[in-house]
Amino acid sequence: MTDMTSEQVEQLTGVATQLRCDSLRLIHRRGAGHPGGALSAAEIMAVLYFDTLRIDPTKPDWEARDRFLLSKGHASAVLYSALARRGFFPLTELDNWGEVECRHQGHPDRLKTPGVDMTSGILGHGVAIGCGLALAARLKKQDYRTYVLIGDGESQGGIVWEGAMTAAKFKLDNLIVILDYNDVQLDGFVHDIMPLEPVADKWTAFGWQVIHCDGHDIRSIQQALAVAQSTKGKPILLIAKTIKGKGVSFMENNSYWHGNVPNDHQLSQALAELGQEVTDD
Amino acid sequence: MTEISMREGYAKALVELAEQNQKIVALDVDTAASTLSKFFAERHPDRFFNVGIAEPCMLDVAVGLALGGYIPFVNGFAALISLRALEQVRTNVCYAQTNVKIAASYAGLSDFKDGATHYAFTDLANMRALPNLTVIIPADATEAAAWVPIIAEHKGPVYLRISRAPALPVYQPGTRLKIGRGLVLREGSDVTLVATGAMTGRCLQAADQLDGQGVKARVLELHTLKPIDTDIILKAAEETGALVTAEEHSIIGGLGSAVAETLSEACPTPLARVGIPDHFCPTGRDLDKLMDACGLSINDIVKAANRSMRQKSRR
Ligand SMILES: Cc1ncc(C[n+]2csc(CCOP(=O)(O)OP(=O)(O)O)c2C)c(N)n1
Repeated sequence: MTDMTSEQVEQLTGVATQLRCDSLRLIHRRGAGHPGGALSAAEIMAVLYFDTLRIDPTKPDWEARDRFLLSKGHASAVLYSALARRGFFPLTELDNWGEVECRHQGHPDRLKTPGVDMTSGILGHGVAIGCGLALAARLKKQDYRTYVLIGDGESQGGIVWEGAMTAAKFKLDNLIVILDYNDVQLDGFVHDIMPLEPVADKWTAFGWQVIHCDGHDIRSIQQALAVAQSTKGKPILLIAKTIKGKGVSFMENNSYWHGNVPNDHQLSQALAELGQEVTDD
Repeated sequence: MTEISMREGYAKALVELAEQNQKIVALDVDTAASTLSKFFAERHPDRFFNVGIAEPCMLDVAVGLALGGYIPFVNGFAALISLRALEQVRTNVCYAQTNVKIAASYAGLSDFKDGATHYAFTDLANMRALPNLTVIIPADATEAAAWVPIIAEHKGPVYLRISRAPALPVYQPGTRLKIGRGLVLREGSDVTLVATGAMTGRCLQAADQLDGQGVKARVLELHTLKPIDTDIILKAAEETGALVTAEEHSIIGGLGSAVAETLSEACPTPLARVGIPDHFCPTGRDLDKLMDACGLSINDIVKAANRSMRQKSRR
């Protein structure tokens, strides 16, 4: 894989900002959702959906597509924004997000939303399900990769580590897990609620190839993913250092914004900080 | 007075109880800001343990605290406690009979914004089947608060089902609550509405509507699903000859099943069950509308009452 040109970097940076604005508008309109963890994953999602993933929006069920599991399913707003901007469905379909008849649920639902590979919302499942998808690829001799986005709070669950051992045992080098390491969870800082450190050592000890990147730097994420793709014989964990609520000053690093919804004024301020025209959408 | 949520009623009562009882400890799984066990954490930080997003771990830690002589209240989402941590509840709480109090929050459909993954609508089926467990479902915030000292006093494991939301006010402060003893909230002779939890207020409103049709409906609140109050059910069966159950839970395995089992063994009587049909419910924008859309409307109760009475008249 070749390095990105500065035009590509600029373009994906713009996509990430777009995903942030879309996510906030969607959450504001529904009066529900999880802004902090959506904003923290914006660059990761931009690189995955607009560069890395082998997907075709016209064929969401394409056999050979790369799989993506949003294990931290509460960040559904950023996934829906990415899928919409990538062309899986029109963004306007999300106008009635949350209505009883809507194809978009509070958390990702694989049976309802095109492009969603697996239902999530209950934390912890992505790594083990990813193992199964990676094993299936190997059995079928297919070269798709499985990407899983997990949270750091989520990593406190035992099932994550059961999956981690499984992936290492089967040497699943077609499984790439990205840790959105923003150090904030629902009740406060991860280092206070249940410390994860030394997190890189833990995954290394579990038999994974660990790669570090800056989760808000397009080029850093892209290069880390390229290294991940060329790794052989081991599953890969990419530790993406991020900031929860990134891009909106009052949301950054604040667990209040894990699951609270901006009011009209806060939305305008947030969009202005993100450099977006404030419209009555 | 504005109605407070059931979780708030519960959480404040627990803080208060802990002032007097030094044995009370509380645990949570990174949902203290949601279950509101954060009030306890703020007031009694030394007796509060947040174990991170690890429900099975929380249950086992509570088991250890109980073995050490404390009275642990575990706090978390009902869907996760009753499913992810069910094995811990079965083996280490119920079988080993450790004195763990389970405060299962966000129960039923009350987490309407988060959708199907977060709804707890099979928890009563899971919990009711476990030996040694007492299962309590308060009808509103005041009642939830009133249960806290009672279940702390009770020796043995308790599952306390807490809604995220306020419910229609039902409980008259001062009413004596006793584990296993249902309450007659309204007398009536034509049909009995057996309610639990947030459906209790809805049943009282349904009884008003039925009254308009000239039907006298008795309303029972079965706050204790286990041990079930057989006497109050059989008395209602004999005196009214037709029953309805109403619960914010699947029609499989909860109150409807418990009442059906009781009736069919001792006094077969027409029964119509109001509950969530056997499918997953969608995300909603508003709890009341979601409940209405999921088969739990007042009208559903009225229709069920008419169905049950028609069956009685055909006998
Ligand atoms: C097993 C489980 N327990 C609790 C919850 C409730 N919950 C939803 S998100 C969340 C915090 C997640 O924190 P983290 O994984 O760090 O996500 P991020 O900060 O990236 O949003 C919690 C406790 C859940 N969804 N699943």
